[in-house]
Amino acid sequence: MSSEMAQETGEVAHEAAHTSAEYIHHHLQNLTYGQLPDGTWGVAHSAAEAKAMGFWALNLDTFFMSLLLGLVIMYFFRSVAKSAVSGTPGGLQNFCEWAVEFVDSSVRGSFSGKNAMVAPLALTIFFWVFSMNLMDLIPIDWVPLLMKSLGVPFFKVVPSTDPNATFGMAIGVFLLVLYYSVKMKGAGGFFAELAFQPFPKFLLPFNLILEGVNLIAKPISLALRLFGNMYAGEMIFILIALMGGAWAGFSFGGVTLFGSQILLSLGWAIFHILIVTLQAFIFMTLTVVYLDMAHQEHH
Amino acid sequence: MNINATLLAQLIMFVLFVWFCMKFVWTPIVAALDARKKQIADGLADAERAKQDLELAAKRSAELLREAKEKAGEIVASGEKRASEIVEEAKAQAKVEGERIITGAKAEIDQEVFRAKEQLRTQVSAIALAGAGKILGREIDAKAHNDLLDKLVAEI
Repeated sequence: MSSEMAQETGEVAHEAAHTSAEYIHHHLQNLTYGQLPDGTWGVAHSAAEAKAMGFWALNLDTFFMSLLLGLVIMYFFRSVAKSAVSGTPGGLQNFCEWAVEFVDSSVRGSFSGKNAMVAPLALTIFFWVFSMNLMDLIPIDWVPLLMKSLGVPFFKVVPSTDPNATFGMAIGVFLLVLYYSVKMKGAGGFFAELAFQPFPKFLLPFNLILEGVNLIAKPISLALRLFGNMYAGEMIFILIALMGGAWAGFSFGGVTLFGSQILLSLGWAIFHILIVTLQAFIFMTLTVVYLDMAHQEHH
Repeated sequence: MNINATLLAQLIMFVLFVWFCMKFVWTPIVAALDARKKQIADGLADAERAKQDLELAAKRSAELLREAKEKAGEIVASGEKRASEIVEEAKAQAKVEGERIITGAKAEIDQEVFRAKEQLRTQVSAIALAGAGKILGREIDAKAHNDLLDKLVAEI
């Protein structure tokens, strides 16, 4: 009797786990456009297909979401900037001025050089990353379900849970760091910084390895920090959503799970507002700090 | 979650957005902020200048007032002095005039007295002649006694 019951619950759990795994996989799969195994170009309908596409494929959801968000933000700022007056500012201009001054003061705080590009870069990063992260607060099933009804198999609405997006930006920052390191210190100076410290010159290979890792770690940590935080946040939203998905009828357990899903997703969403903002701020600040280090001679 | 060309697309978007932000967002907003900062600074400087001007004007007006008071005092003093001078002059003139009038009157009186005496003298001599004629009972020859009469008149 008891073994029968155990078997039964085990089966249920197994079935639930099966659908849960599918659910999770579905939510973590990007809408990838590339060359299909049969040689035609199109959208991958499974994770395996997407993987088989190799490097020359495009995650349409990440691409369009980040493009859309970037355009919305730029349009918003541009529309304000176009009519910016030096007299009494209106509401939107107030907000934009606050944003500009906030970014400007954080750049002033951590960037000691003179470069007209750093502050706008920081502004773009902060608001772009913030808006991408903010998509995490859209209930996780809404957009995928909407897209499914339109015939789109997958849709990840949060671009910053795609490492392509975070690495794309981090590599952009890294290229700037390299460019300004060489520009400010000269190729020789930059090499000297990598090769002749922290140990004396005769330990040159060792220095190179150490500083090389240090240098490479910058973009990687920048990208992975944002990706990891957003991915984990997304994952937890998915897991919380699974609780309601496990609801099967008005049993005590089912109602409890349903209630916990509401409470937990509310709590996590509220906490996530902090993470969303914080990660955008960290990405911005670290970019500024890395660029500052690129501008400074430190021996 | 594969690394693919999305990375490059994202990189290009990133560069374009940063470029756009730098060119078309940051510059005008910062320009507006700077312009406002300048306006405020100018306004404060103007207010400061106006305050200084006001202080200066107040000082100047006080000085003018003091000068005017001094001048008015001087004018009053000189006026008083002049008035007393005029009074003195008038007094002196009046004295001189009075004396002159008095001397004139005295001379006139003397003249009148002298004339009266003359008249009296002639009349007295006539009366004396008439009296003497009556006393003597006869006509006195005026010619004969003329020098006698004259001597008499002179004695009176």
